[in-house]
Amino acid sequence: MRRVPRVPELVGPAALVLASALLGLAVSVSTQTYFIDTLVKVSIVVALYLFIGNSGVLSFGHISFVAFGAWTAGVLSVPVSQKPAIMPNLAHFLRATTVGNVPSLLLAAAAGLVFAALVGLPLMRLSGLAAGIATFGVLEITSNLLRYYEKIGPGLNAFSSVPETTGIWQAAIGALICVAVAFAYQRSRFGRMLRATREDPAASAAAGISIYRQRLAAFALSGGLAGFAGGLYIHLLPLNINSFYLDLTFITLAMLVVGGTGSLLGAVVGALAVSGLDSFLAAAENGVSILGLNLDLPAGTRLIVVGALMAVVLILRPGGLTGGREFFLPRLRRRARPDAPPSTGAA
Amino acid sequence: MTLAVLNISYQTLADALALGGIYALMAVGIGLVFGVLRLVNFAYGQLVMAGAFALALASEWNWPVWAGILLCFAVVLALSVLMDRLVFRPLRTQSPAVMLVATFAVAFLLQSIALLWFGSLGKIAASLAPLNRPWQISGVDIRKISIVAVLVAAACLVLLQLLLERTSVGLQMRAASMDFRTARMLGVRANRVIGGAVLLSGLLAAVVAVMLTVQNPLVTPDFALRDTIVVLAGVVLGGLNRPVAATLGGFAIGFASGLLGGALPTAQSQYLPTFLFAAVILVLLVRPNGLFTRDRGSVERV
Repeated sequence: MRRVPRVPELVGPAALVLASALLGLAVSVSTQTYFIDTLVKVSIVVALYLFIGNSGVLSFGHISFVAFGAWTAGVLSVPVSQKPAIMPNLAHFLRATTVGNVPSLLLAAAAGLVFAALVGLPLMRLSGLAAGIATFGVLEITSNLLRYYEKIGPGLNAFSSVPETTGIWQAAIGALICVAVAFAYQRSRFGRMLRATREDPAASAAAGISIYRQRLAAFALSGGLAGFAGGLYIHLLPLNINSFYLDLTFITLAMLVVGGTGSLLGAVVGALAVSGLDSFLAAAENGVSILGLNLDLPAGTRLIVVGALMAVVLILRPGGLTGGREFFLPRLRRRARPDAPPSTGAA
Repeated sequence: MTLAVLNISYQTLADALALGGIYALMAVGIGLVFGVLRLVNFAYGQLVMAGAFALALASEWNWPVWAGILLCFAVVLALSVLMDRLVFRPLRTQSPAVMLVATFAVAFLLQSIALLWFGSLGKIAASLAPLNRPWQISGVDIRKISIVAVLVAAACLVLLQLLLERTSVGLQMRAASMDFRTARMLGVRANRVIGGAVLLSGLLAAVVAVMLTVQNPLVTPDFALRDTIVVLAGVVLGGLNRPVAATLGGFAIGFASGLLGGALPTAQSQYLPTFLFAAVILVLLVRPNGLFTRDRGSVERV
């Protein structure tokens, strides 16, 4: 079995998130958007990690929880006066209410959690490919319904008039919350039980662990984080339903796999690395100059480079960049022995 | 003229049969590779897309029809062999999840290349357009392509069945998809079997490319993407472990979506994916190993 994560291991992911936030503060406003977007992606990937990393079951459905969270936060935070213009077919009870920034995020998290729990109730009985296709089906259905059912949102139109409250700080704090929740979960007894089922389903079932219940709990919790991340996302940009479909599913899964599905650090590193490269190339398509060199790539290069890079990383390092390892401080690691008390304090 | 009870026209029925046939071919293509590699090839649709672009280019260059089809086959086969060598082979021993995400990456890559090369508006593949005209059979108009597609799909499936049942490479492929390690111990050459499966699945992708471009001559970078998703669902629905089950699953989902798409009024047909995938999820919950497999699946014991 894998090593049980220790508290200092939270330092690495958290420090990476903070460092990118600080870096984001130092750059121009137009570049800062890339950093905010990256931090929101970190939240989504950490949400994915909480379920996929700990359970070892692939899910293609998490973007539907992100979308549902985004819809919840979006519908509830558009000012009442603007609602008829953007969403003429909105149901009555949604038309009359508007909530603030933080409540809308909390409600988005709750919506994601409830939705994931309901979906997971039947689906967590499946595993392997059947689970993959079934979760994919959830994505298809959610995307299809949100696209055409205009009583609960703007349908195909973009969510304009949502207050753009996700600045660099809100994105960073949001990402930190996700990292902290994922870390607390994987250290809890539930997280450990789920990891045991990932390593050996038969043995863990024999030890009295209900695989179904542990997976369901993780699925719901990670759905909550995904909904929360969706709330953050909709407060950043006026997105429409196409932003929450195959492309986002693909890029977030790729981030997780490139970083390494086995560790929280992998999720954060993967999100930062892929997102950073993606943003850099997006900027390069508009022309940037680095060290006096003018770089101007043709439009579309970005997608090719990112796709190729992902294939290469998978071929050369199938375990991802981190190889499933958590962050550790070298000195502490040498000292730690099985019989020694868990060493903490250095943080 | 309609089948009055269900409000389904013969054209809808023929289209549904044709779509079922095409999806059955895609299902076999995906199922064959899965059998030997345990790999769900998400990039299969992009192979079809590449073949469709080859056809579109050929018709732009005013090539004769046979040359266009030849180019389509050449491009698709070359691409599938390349995919096998560069991506599948190095990842052969990895977990299914890693391989699946790798095919995701390949799909994404091919689609972006197409986007950069041809633009998002796409090209028209017009050389086979005459097949889209209707034939009159005893007073009923049916588009030629629907009949051609059904016939071609049936012929391909029969040939494939013969190959799998009557030749030694077919036997080896079936053995390898039952138990790859044991098959290798008994002298089955891994590269030969995998290469054979990849080539066959590439051939089927090329056939599918030809037939899909007749039905939908506008070739865009996301050509066949939706079809692949639906077929993947169908394949898992039918049961991935046996080629016949996978084929039936592909046919069933193609037939169902063709029928529903034709029969439902517009107000409801926009929710077609919801109906389709809700049905898929329901079936998977009842029979996780597939509709057309015999065993109900065994739990691994220590």
